[in-house]
Amino acid sequence: MTEPTIYELSSIGRVGVLFPEPDVPLAEFPRDLLREDLPLPELAEVDVARHFTNLSTKNYSIDKGFYPLGSCTMKYNPKINEEMARLPGFAMTHPLQPADTVQGNLALMYQMQEFLKEISGFAGMSLEPSAGAQGEFTGVSIIRAYHQSRGDIKRKKILIPDSAHGTNPATSSMNGFEVVGVPSDARGNVDLEQLRKVCDDTVAGLMLTNPNTLGLFDENVVEVIKIVHQAGGLVYGDGANLNALLGIVRPGDLGFDIMHINLHKTFSTPHGGGGPGSGPVGVTRALVDFLPTPVVAITEPATEELPPLYGFVRPAHSIGRVKAFWGQFGMIVRAFTYIRMHGPDGLRKVSEYAVLNANYLMHILKDTYTLPYDRTCMHEFVIQGSWADAPGVRALDIAKRLMDYDFHPPTNYFPLIVHEALMIEPTETESKQTLDSFVDAMLKIAQEAHTNPELLHDAPHNTPVGRLDEVKAAKDLVLCCWIPESEDKLL
Amino acid sequence: MFTPHTEMETEEMLKKIGVKSLSELFTDIPEKYRFPKLNLPAGVTEMEAKAELQEYAHANESVNEMVCFLGAGAYHHYIPSAVDAIISRGEFATAYTPYQPEVSQGTLQAIFEFQSLIANLTGMEVSNASHYDGATATAEAGVMAYHHFRGTRTRMLLAESVHPHYRDTLCTYLCGYEDVETKTVSHEGRPFTTPDDMAALVDKNTALVVVQYPDFFGRIFDFTQLAQKVHEQGALLAVVANPTALGLLKTPGEMGADIVVGEGQPLGIPLSYGGPYLGFFATKKDLVRKIAGRLVGETIDGQGRRGYVLTLTAREQHIRREKATSNICTNQSLMALAATVYLSLVGKTGFRQVAGLCYHKAHYAASEIGKLKGFSVLHSEPFFHEFVVKCPRPVDEINSELLDQGILGGYDLGIDFPSLKNHMLVAVTEMITKEEIDGFVDALSEVQHD
Repeated sequence: MTEPTIYELSSIGRVGVLFPEPDVPLAEFPRDLLREDLPLPELAEVDVARHFTNLSTKNYSIDKGFYPLGSCTMKYNPKINEEMARLPGFAMTHPLQPADTVQGNLALMYQMQEFLKEISGFAGMSLEPSAGAQGEFTGVSIIRAYHQSRGDIKRKKILIPDSAHGTNPATSSMNGFEVVGVPSDARGNVDLEQLRKVCDDTVAGLMLTNPNTLGLFDENVVEVIKIVHQAGGLVYGDGANLNALLGIVRPGDLGFDIMHINLHKTFSTPHGGGGPGSGPVGVTRALVDFLPTPVVAITEPATEELPPLYGFVRPAHSIGRVKAFWGQFGMIVRAFTYIRMHGPDGLRKVSEYAVLNANYLMHILKDTYTLPYDRTCMHEFVIQGSWADAPGVRALDIAKRLMDYDFHPPTNYFPLIVHEALMIEPTETESKQTLDSFVDAMLKIAQEAHTNPELLHDAPHNTPVGRLDEVKAAKDLVLCCWIPESEDKLL
Repeated sequence: MFTPHTEMETEEMLKKIGVKSLSELFTDIPEKYRFPKLNLPAGVTEMEAKAELQEYAHANESVNEMVCFLGAGAYHHYIPSAVDAIISRGEFATAYTPYQPEVSQGTLQAIFEFQSLIANLTGMEVSNASHYDGATATAEAGVMAYHHFRGTRTRMLLAESVHPHYRDTLCTYLCGYEDVETKTVSHEGRPFTTPDDMAALVDKNTALVVVQYPDFFGRIFDFTQLAQKVHEQGALLAVVANPTALGLLKTPGEMGADIVVGEGQPLGIPLSYGGPYLGFFATKKDLVRKIAGRLVGETIDGQGRRGYVLTLTAREQHIRREKATSNICTNQSLMALAATVYLSLVGKTGFRQVAGLCYHKAHYAASEIGKLKGFSVLHSEPFFHEFVVKCPRPVDEINSELLDQGILGGYDLGIDFPSLKNHMLVAVTEMITKEEIDGFVDALSEVQHD
């Protein structure tokens, strides 16, 4: 059923939450600076509660079921994390309080920097960036600042493999770099010969996702990094796929210079329907002075009686601020809780089981779906959603049909280098039963594709709405609710 | 814990794959670096983790225990209980970006409603699905203006009375455009910029003029004439607005702003030590194709049922790649939901009340502080819920004495503005009672005698 909008539910004069009458003498308003009308809806609390509860039931979510969205690491989000972020001692602290009144926050952030440094193998860490894309922006800004600080201003190019996320090229452009593509070889690794050809003294750096978006660990990663370093460039690691590497290998050890970490993927903070995320950035010792401001440091060492005092400091050659205040603190508390519960053994187990689950699914599905790169995968893999003997059925149709079986579809049409790609990332939090029932659905759909393709074309059948007219949305461009004419004016 | 595999299941799965052990899955990793021993504290149970986190939380002093006169970009407002009850629902909190609209109508309609509320609040025609925070929304206004003029106009004029963190962030974002000049505009050497100071500097090379409303110091100016001057020169005007103030004040849209951005934290989002917050971004319809970030539009399905989708996605990074003007791929969806629920709950009546309470209480506090010997309220311009007090002693000293009495004093302006040593920025919201204001004034008067 179509749920009305909050404006359609509104009734003139209805009141939700009221506030106390003023207890101070009334001040005079600046007449010529007042607004005439305030077109907000008028609802009772029960209207609001029901409206949003009804809307929530139209969402698929991890709490509801399996969400194998490749590259997004849709793992279960532990409830304890939510409760911890809401502790009044955290949630009710103002970002500009004097440092001595928020030593708990600062100690936690300092500890979190240390944890992430240890997990990723980097010497410096900033918790400031708001999300993965902003982490990337931060990292590429650091690359620019580093070369500039050495007077090396001819480096105008960033190299990006053809399997990269779209954010990588967009980030490079935002930073004023020219983007040069690097192809993959037949095994899905960076093509070393092609890489050598484009590496010269105009290269500022390489942005590399490893495991890459095919879910494959680049077998030549050490060599790739060496080639870029020999040309004087830096290597940026897109940490989107870190969930495969916890306790397995540290990107800093492999030679990466910079990497962002998605707390909302690897460290289980909820995606919230598209944010908030959090994208801390780690760097090697040579780059710590370029980190965005501020970072948390010990400003007064511990004494025999007193714990150390923590505070914010500005790195010497900082690229500046990337947001107001100090990072997405609430997400940092959630991820911190997650790391504390897991410890080193638990974290390694996370990656081992994420990789186990992906390989298990891949091995079963590859008999029915084409697997373009048949190697042991890491936490995700890519298959093709099309068959020569089922013309007209596309990856999109399979994705939509999965909804009828109560599964969220995998990522589709990415990476671009695989035709009709379906990118599947099960994560470690899914049991064998769940994976087996997903396999059942995938096999049934493959059968339907050959026997009853219309069923797929028309899918989904069981969702609140069917396939939506995206052309109409872009053409008519209705971006706001219709508002009934307001009858009362403020003045 | 959070990996449900039993030993037997693990064995079965390994067998199916054709390997003997989990570690055999990692042979692509250079052996030298494989399986490092992480030097982290051992994992703990939920019960122990809770106790440990509570210890960190207890080491803080929160605004629950202090009377908060601190604002400067983050404000202590009342959050109705229903807000958290709704945004805590797993259906909202544990969903991804709504790429598959058939199973994301909850998130999509909520964003559509958010866009509507922000457009109405700011007096603009369209709003996007949100940015990370007020600072990054402001920065995106700069980036948008640069691309709007395709690099032919390279000057950005920033009032020094815009939040210093926002100005810094905008400069970081525009660093990559080597030809861009960001100019900070002051007033006779002080940061109290007026619209006339801005208007005097707008020229044919100016892409964007950025002012704040109320400004960082709490002052309210009518930007109608500034907007005219900016438009005469063909440039764009961005107004950084406080949403609570818009419950009372003339909208930037009515004044002629081209872009309205701001921090949505006052709309039902906890202080949470600075984040996650909510950047909002509204503009005119003819600029909508230049906007960064997500947009949700209304449409229909095959049976004519109303539904919502992400629209104009051809602007975005996953399609345009290096030709995209922004790399943003998320919004602050859950925070936008919080703001949507908040504005729906308080509605027209409650929101007007909140804005009025802030205004009256702040004015009462200013007038009482103004009577104190040694203190003066700096400005004669109208203000909303924040104002500058010149103090007889350094602000950090005063604040530390106030803390002893359970009062979280105002922001020390000397931190960002060397010329404003001994100046305190005081914020007053609906959370503070008259009695507490009187207590604050008494405490200040005692501080003065020390």
